[in-house]
Amino acid sequence: MTNEMINIVVEVMPHFEGYVYPNEATPQPLWGVLIVLYPYVTGLVAGAFIMASLVRVFNVKALEPVYRLSLLTAFAFLLCAPLPLLFHLGHPERCFEVMMTPHLTSPMAIFGFVYAWYLMAVLLLELWFDYRRDFVAWSESTSGFQGMLYRLFTVGVTDISEPAVKLDHKTAHLLSIVGIPSAFLLHGYVGFIFGSVKANPWWGNVLMPIIFIMSAMVSGIALCVFNYMVLSWIRRKTVDMKCLDVMGMYLFYALVVDAAIEALDWIHRIYSAEEGFQVMQYMAREKLFYTLNLGQVTLGTLAPLILLGLLQLVRRRVPELQRRRMYFTSAMLILIGVLAMRWNVVIGGQLFSKSLRGLMGYKMEFAGLEGWFMGAVLLALPFITLTIMIKLFLSEKLPTSGVPDPDAEQAI
Amino acid sequence: MNNPVSRRSIIGRITVAVAGVLAAPAAKAAKAVAQKLLVSADAPKDYDPTKHKWLMAIDANRCIGCGLCAEACKKENHVPEGPYFRTWVERYIITKPKPGSGAARGETLVDCPNGGIDGYPEAPVLKEEIQHSFFVPKLCNLCKHSPCVQVCPVGATFDAPDGAVLIDPKYCIGCGFCIQACPYGCRFLNPVTKTAEKCTLCYHRITRGLKPACVEVCPTQARIFGDLKHPAPDDPLQQFYQNNLVVALKPHLGTEPRLFYAGIDKEVR
Repeated sequence: MTNEMINIVVEVMPHFEGYVYPNEATPQPLWGVLIVLYPYVTGLVAGAFIMASLVRVFNVKALEPVYRLSLLTAFAFLLCAPLPLLFHLGHPERCFEVMMTPHLTSPMAIFGFVYAWYLMAVLLLELWFDYRRDFVAWSESTSGFQGMLYRLFTVGVTDISEPAVKLDHKTAHLLSIVGIPSAFLLHGYVGFIFGSVKANPWWGNVLMPIIFIMSAMVSGIALCVFNYMVLSWIRRKTVDMKCLDVMGMYLFYALVVDAAIEALDWIHRIYSAEEGFQVMQYMAREKLFYTLNLGQVTLGTLAPLILLGLLQLVRRRVPELQRRRMYFTSAMLILIGVLAMRWNVVIGGQLFSKSLRGLMGYKMEFAGLEGWFMGAVLLALPFITLTIMIKLFLSEKLPTSGVPDPDAEQAI
Repeated sequence: MNNPVSRRSIIGRITVAVAGVLAAPAAKAAKAVAQKLLVSADAPKDYDPTKHKWLMAIDANRCIGCGLCAEACKKENHVPEGPYFRTWVERYIITKPKPGSGAARGETLVDCPNGGIDGYPEAPVLKEEIQHSFFVPKLCNLCKHSPCVQVCPVGATFDAPDGAVLIDPKYCIGCGFCIQACPYGCRFLNPVTKTAEKCTLCYHRITRGLKPACVEVCPTQARIFGDLKHPAPDDPLQQFYQNNLVVALKPHLGTEPRLFYAGIDKEVR
């Protein structure tokens, strides 16, 4: 147990218990922290997009203040999503072969297409149709470099007559409808990359894509709550409590489904106790004790379930400040918990030998491609991208047309 | 119609453009196939992979654990020092049950220091406590349904028609998915070339009529190698199947290994 903590803090020599195949006795697991971040960031994209779709497709009016923020969050994180994947490749310069000559039986081969589809056909287009009218207005009211950027973004389409704007809204609505299954596809597919590895009993699991989709939704909504509250705090604006309550409600229900499916997965594993179960038991008790039992289950799932569940029951009796704190805490806990879940899946699956006779250790270094520093940079990058986007597209100084309904209230 | 840009000519041009776009990936795929068969396979130009079906078999009863095969493999294939092996030899020790424990057998101890190249340390239990002890050479299991080939995102690893499972190092992107997918731990990421690597049955040798290096150096003929399409008179491979009941490793995974073992215990996986 303590070994894991030591491993996180200081460098210890790799150690192995029992027998591991000679090729598995490497000091670092093949897939390190970069591959932990990849499903994490991709999941945040999918979740944030679903959040935006609640407004656009399901017409949840209360969430309008976070509509554009959710879309921009999804976009910023999607731009950064392939970076960890790219950096971990032995030959990143050959990455385009995945799209040029894809091997169609590989779950990984489709990533390029799913990613490109999601980025180009869904998010980028939806954002453009959504912002087109504002771009035209801003390009007229803003000068200098920023104004030039807005003019560029209009792509020369400056017609903002009523029928044109109506068509924009219609198209964006349609794209959003297409976007929901695409978001599920994007992240379900990430789950399938792990779920399809039958050689590894920790991964090879039919529920894996669904677990990934649900945890993605949970983490994405939590990220939107986090971003919305932080942005309001920075801008010294009051948080729209109605919006926050509705976000909290969706977060709670998504978390209930997510927790139920993950529990089902464990119940099945424990009951069927197939080959490799002993190793898994040992992992849960020793190797992944902190990240699984404490990080993923207690802090990441149970605590927010109780907090958000309480708010569902006695919301009216809790003062606003208290509620805001509870939502913020839940969102933070969920974000940490889902990161722990990705860690447990990716790293956990490589802590035991496929001979099922031994265990590998893991030490995470500070420097290097798979180190703490790089991980932190890659995790900070989407937030930096988002900050730039907020400056450009969600600026307080610029008048917005309101979204998605032209008559709706002003968004932040 | 005096207009040089007629509807027909536009349709014609669009058709040509579409055909070109459609043909480009096909041409690229064809080039990749040709590349695989001719350039990267280390085979001589006149070698026809469709006329052979290479296979290895392991008679563990004969293995003495000298580790020469693992050493020869490293040298022959320039495998880097460290935890990187195309083939290795595991030592199994099954102890006698503790008296009165009610168990049929004791525990199973497995080790393989440096792939078996440097020999093995003294057994961790007393000689009298050992029920069985044996060595198991391991290498690519030459699966019929190779999970490693299935998951490669670019098709850099492939089933050659002659039975070898090969990797094109000029094509591999080094994602490591195949290494995760191999249930037998037979693949590794070469730290120098940053591409996946595995046993090729010494493709550069067998396509020139030689035996794989490990088979060549094995002093007890525990490794048996042959061509199923051209069995030699007194073919050792045929004799092996004639004389032994065989098993494959991890059959429940449905990979259907073509590599068979004689003389191993259920504890081997």
